[in-house]
Amino acid sequence: MPPPTDPSTRESQALNLDAALQLLDQSGHRLPDRRQAGKALWLQAVIDGLCELSSRDPLTGLANRRHFELMLAGEVDRVARAGEPAMVLMIDIDHFKKVNDAHGHPAGDEVLKHVARALQESIRPMDTVARFGGEEFAMILPNCAPSFAQAVAERIRLRVQAMTIPIAPGEKVSITVSLGGAFAPQWVRSSPLLWVERADQQLYRAKSEGRNRACLEQPAVSLVSPEEKGLLFGTSQFQEFL
Amino acid sequence: MSAAGKILAVTSGKGGVGKTFVSANLAAALAGRGERVLVLDADLGLANLDVVLNLFPKVTLHDVFTGKATLEQAILPAPGGFSVLLAGSGLVEYSRLTPQVRDQLADIIDQVTPRFDRILLDTGAGISDVVLHAVSLADDVLVIVTPEPTSMTDAYATIKVLATLQQRRHIRLIVNQVSSAGEGRTIRNQLQLVVDRFVAPQLKAQGDAEPLMLELTGEIPIDPLVREAVNKRSLLLTGAPGAPASRAIVAAAARMAG
Repeated sequence: MPPPTDPSTRESQALNLDAALQLLDQSGHRLPDRRQAGKALWLQAVIDGLCELSSRDPLTGLANRRHFELMLAGEVDRVARAGEPAMVLMIDIDHFKKVNDAHGHPAGDEVLKHVARALQESIRPMDTVARFGGEEFAMILPNCAPSFAQAVAERIRLRVQAMTIPIAPGEKVSITVSLGGAFAPQWVRSSPLLWVERADQQLYRAKSEGRNRACLEQPAVSLVSPEEKGLLFGTSQFQEFL
Repeated sequence: MSAAGKILAVTSGKGGVGKTFVSANLAAALAGRGERVLVLDADLGLANLDVVLNLFPKVTLHDVFTGKATLEQAILPAPGGFSVLLAGSGLVEYSRLTPQVRDQLADIIDQVTPRFDRILLDTGAGISDVVLHAVSLADDVLVIVTPEPTSMTDAYATIKVLATLQQRRHIRLIVNQVSSAGEGRTIRNQLQLVVDRFVAPQLKAQGDAEPLMLELTGEIPIDPLVREAVNKRSLLLTGAPGAPASRAIVAAAARMAG
């Protein structure tokens, strides 16, 4: 290790980073170059690694709930400003407990990983997919118009349904998911919690209607089309406004 | 369980159509019929019921929310013989509907419901979460609209959202600032026509065949005395009970009381 060159480097070398480095190592992170230890850039790399670690779900590699909530709060602000449509999808594996009970927890983990990969492969680069908890996943789909949202949700559902998941040598299972979606009210600030809650209500509906289906909340259509305006002001009395 | 129409949300879509003016004077008219009436300022972000009534509240909903005052202390008598629960202007942070605000509002309405014959929720303009939530707590909705095309468009958008999101099948209308008798009826019919044509098929697609009915609860004529009362920050009904607009509001109250 080169001798410290300035006081700030000396000071940062006094930091105890053993636990942090151990965490990064254990999670398979490439550790920053040891020879740079103590330098600001090196410290930044350690911090970046820790941030990355604390925003991922260790089993599936997806964003974790903490990161999801952060992204969701940002999306709420963006939607309120830009007025673009956006959807939150909550996705739950149907009868997941049965997989665990019948095949053991390692099989359950395998199913979670496969579903996570299928979800990851179904999204666009700007979307966020997270493991929300247990067998529940969540997605933020910015710029997702109500007109094609159902198709998006269906595509995800079919993709999962079509998978055969190897859980042990010679043993495969197939599973399905239920999906619930809600749109952000445009031009309006909502709270992230409320948005997820509305999507959850739809997920509950999908479950109670028999599972393996996608239920989306009817979007609040507050836009008035030219056709509607035409009829609203169609009588002679309002001609002047057309 | 409250009787149908006991909790009435007053909303408008567009701002500046006289929503708070109508709420306050309608409350006075209902009180004049012997009802115990409470007007709750549900425009949490931008309340101005206090301005309309010329009240300077020391205790507001904000104090109740934060535990600084009891609900009792916040229910104030207003000129016109009814009671008010004012939001105060310190509630800007509530313009975002958090679960806490939602629960607190619902809780307060639950607590006051047994003590009044009628509760008017004076909501904000627009179709925000707070407005939608306030409306969802009411068992009847009154939309204030003026003959202006922008007001009619926004009222229509509000009606559409309430019908599709909250399964409302009955919405009251008061048409404010009409320039001739019968204009309110024309506007109601026009809105109903567009609802039948564009909203009804949507409701059917949702599996709900029951039609949405708009009921004309009143039309209030353009009346110079209204501006005068608003500028003096006094109730039209007490200041000028014989004014055409006052008589129209009294008639609307009678129609509401059934």
